[in-house]
Amino acid sequence: MKLLIKGGLVVDPLGKIDPAADLLISEGKIEAVEKDIKYDGAQIIDATGKMVVPGLIDMHVHLREPGFEAKETIATGTRAAARGGFTSVACMPNTRPVADDQSVIKFICERAKETGVVNVFPIGAITKGSKGDELSEMADLKAYGAVAFSDDGFPVSRSDVMRRAMQYAKMVGLPIISHCEDKELASDGVMHEGYMSTVLGLKGIPAAAEEVMVARDIILAELTGCPLHLAHISTVGSVRLVREAKARGVAVTAEVTPHHFTLTDRAVAGYDTATKVNPPLRTDMDVAAVKEGLADGTIDVIATDHAPHTDEEKDVEYQYAPFGLVGLETAVGLVFTELIATGVLTPVEAIKKLTVNPARILGINKGTLAVGADADVTIIDPNIKEVVDVSQFETKGRNSPFIGRKLNGLPVMTIVNGNIVMHERKIIEK
Amino acid sequence: MRLKNKDLLGLQDLSADEINLILDTAIPMKDIIKRKIKKVPTLRGRTIVTLFYEPSTRTRSSFDLAAKYLSADTIGISASTSSVVKGESLRDTARTIEAMGADIIIIRHSAAGSPHLLARTVGASVINAGDGTHEHPTQALLDIYTVREKKGIVKGLKVAILGDILHSRVARSNIWGLTKLGAEVRVVGPSTLMPPEIERLGVKVFTRTEDALEGVDVVNVLRIQLERQQQGLFPSIREYARLFGLNKERLALADPDALVLHPGPLNRGVEITPDIADGTKSVIVEQVTNGVAVRMALLYLLSGEEDSHEVTN
Ligand SMILES: [Zn+2]
Ligand SMILES: [Zn+2]
Repeated sequence: MKLLIKGGLVVDPLGKIDPAADLLISEGKIEAVEKDIKYDGAQIIDATGKMVVPGLIDMHVHLREPGFEAKETIATGTRAAARGGFTSVACMPNTRPVADDQSVIKFICERAKETGVVNVFPIGAITKGSKGDELSEMADLKAYGAVAFSDDGFPVSRSDVMRRAMQYAKMVGLPIISHCEDKELASDGVMHEGYMSTVLGLKGIPAAAEEVMVARDIILAELTGCPLHLAHISTVGSVRLVREAKARGVAVTAEVTPHHFTLTDRAVAGYDTATKVNPPLRTDMDVAAVKEGLADGTIDVIATDHAPHTDEEKDVEYQYAPFGLVGLETAVGLVFTELIATGVLTPVEAIKKLTVNPARILGINKGTLAVGADADVTIIDPNIKEVVDVSQFETKGRNSPFIGRKLNGLPVMTIVNGNIVMHERKIIEK
Repeated sequence: MRLKNKDLLGLQDLSADEINLILDTAIPMKDIIKRKIKKVPTLRGRTIVTLFYEPSTRTRSSFDLAAKYLSADTIGISASTSSVVKGESLRDTARTIEAMGADIIIIRHSAAGSPHLLARTVGASVINAGDGTHEHPTQALLDIYTVREKKGIVKGLKVAILGDILHSRVARSNIWGLTKLGAEVRVVGPSTLMPPEIERLGVKVFTRTEDALEGVDVVNVLRIQLERQQQGLFPSIREYARLFGLNKERLALADPDALVLHPGPLNRGVEITPDIADGTKSVIVEQVTNGVAVRMALLYLLSGEEDSHEVTN
C-alpha cells in the first residue's frame, strides 16, 4: 500500500522547502516529492496547513530495558517516542546490566525489533559498567549496532580514561557523548546552586560543576581529534565554551533539552520532584544563553534526555528523589511554543536540530525526505493546541513538570518505514 | 484575623500581619505558663502528633508542653531518616497518622521541603519544626517574640546573625520574619558557610565579625556543627572561634543595650564564650519559655478556634 501525503508544507532541511508539495511513500521508501502527485490506489493523507518533516530523531533517551522495566520498557518508550513525533531514538546504556558488551546491545536491537514502534539505535558504554575505569570493547559494540559511546548518568571522571576513550573511539569511528559533571563539585547537590537553592534550603550544584568538565572534554577532543558530543548543556559558561571551541575548529557538537530552554530553578519552589533533573534547571541568564546558542548554531541538537521513573521513586522528599523527567511527548510542543512561536528559531532551523543534525552526529542514514530515503516522516500541526495530560502519556513515567501546561504545535502523524504508527495523537495498534 | 493557610511551612509564606498575630497571641499564652496550674481547656479533644525524623529534645518537648497546656492529646512518633531512605515513605506514614485522626502534625525532618510534601498529602494542619537547611519558623518566631518583648518594637532594629548561615534554617526563618517586620538584618560568617546570593533576601553580608556587630541591637549566635570542619568547610574550630566567636570585645562593638540570642544547644568557647552566654545581655534562657508560648499561640491559631476569650479566662 502506498501513502500519498497531499498539500503539506514539506520541510526537508537537507534539501529545499516546498510549500504545498505532495509526498509519495512506497515500500518503506520515499518515492517522490513533487507538486500535485496523482497516484491511484494510494492511501491519501490530507496535510493541508500542516508541516511534513523528516521523522524526528531523539538522540538522548533512557528506555530502561533491560533492568528497570518498572520505569519503562522498549515497548512503552518507543510508543511515547511515536506519540511525540519521533521515528528514531538513541538509547543510553545505563541499563542493568549496563550496555557495555555485545550481548546487551544485541538484546536491545532484538527487543526493539519485536516490541518497538520506532527505530532504536543503542549507545554503548564508554567504560565497563560505566564505572569510569576500563574501556568497553568499543569495536565489538559498534559491530553489533552501537552508534556512539557514552557513560551518561555519570561523567568519566578520570581525565586519563577519557583521553584513551576518545583516542579509541576515534579509531573505531564513533563519537563520544559526554555527560559533563564534576562529581566532587556537584557533591550531593539536588538543584542549581543560586538564589533559589538558598531560599529553599536545598543543596546546590554550581554551574561550574558542568563547565569544568565541558572545558576538559573540549581540550581532550582537541588533543585526540575525536568527535565529541556534549549531552544536555545548560549554562552560560558551557554555551560560551562550545562556541569558542567551534570557532577554533574543534570537532565538538552539543545538545540542549526542552526543559532547559523552558524552565528555570524557580520551578523547584514547592519541591515538585518532577523538577529534579541532572543537570539541574538553571537561571534566566542560562536559559537566555541556551536560546542564543540554539539561534546562532552553537547548539546543534534538541534532545529530550527522557528519563522515566516510577511514582514510588518520585513521591518522596526532594533530596531522596532520583534525577530525571519524561520528555518525549512534550518535546515538539515545547519547541514550537518556546522557540518557534517566540522567534528564537525558524521552523526549518528547529527541524534541523531534531533531524539532520542528530543523524549526522550519530552517522545514521536518517533525517531526510530525499527520494529513496527511508520513509520516516512526521506531520506536525502548528496550530493545534493541547494541555499536557498525564493520562494520555504512553510512557510509564509520570514525572513531567509540564503537566497542565498548554502547548501549541504538536505532531499529528508519525510514519516509520512507511507505516503509520501514530495518528491524531494516538498510537495505531498493529 | 486568622492565619491564611492551614499549615505553617515557613515564615516566607507569612505576611507581617500574620506574624504579628502569632506574636500578639503568644502574650496571653505566656501568662498561662506563669500560672501555678498551667492548663486551659482550649484544645480539648484535639489530637496533635509530633513526627520527628531528627532527634531534638528541645523543640519536641516545647511543642509537647504547648499542646498539653492547651489540653490537647498528643502523641510522639520518632522515625529515623535512614528508614525513609529504606523505603518507608513519608506519604504512607502521613496517611496513617491522618487515619488516626490527627488535627495537627508537627514535623521535623532532615530533608528540606518534607513539610510541604506532608501538607499536600494530608488534610490536617502541618507545622514545620525544622526541615533540613530550609526553615525553622517557630524558632524564628520565638526569637522575634523575645526581641520584641525586650525592645518593644522590631522595626528599625539592627540584628546580626552570626555563624553558619549556609546550613541554618534558623537564619533563613529569622531573615524572612525580621525583614518583613522592618528590621535591618546582617549576616556574618565564613565565606564558605555563606549561601549564594543571600543578599537578595534583603540582608547585608559580612565576613568580618567586627564590622557586622558595629552598633547592632541584637546578636543571634548560631550553633556551629563541629562536623562542618571535617567536611572541609573551614580549617579548624580554633580558627573559627578566633574569627567568629562572640566574646566580650566583639560584643562591646554592639549597642550597649544589645541582646544576645542563641537557639541552643551551645558550644561554649566555640561560637560563644561562657561569660557572654551566661551574662546580663543573654536572653537564651527566656527564649526557651517564649518558645512554649509562641507554639501555644500557633497551635491555637491553626486549630481554628474562634473564641479568644476561652484562652484568657
Ligand atoms: Zn546525562
Ligand atoms: Zn541522560
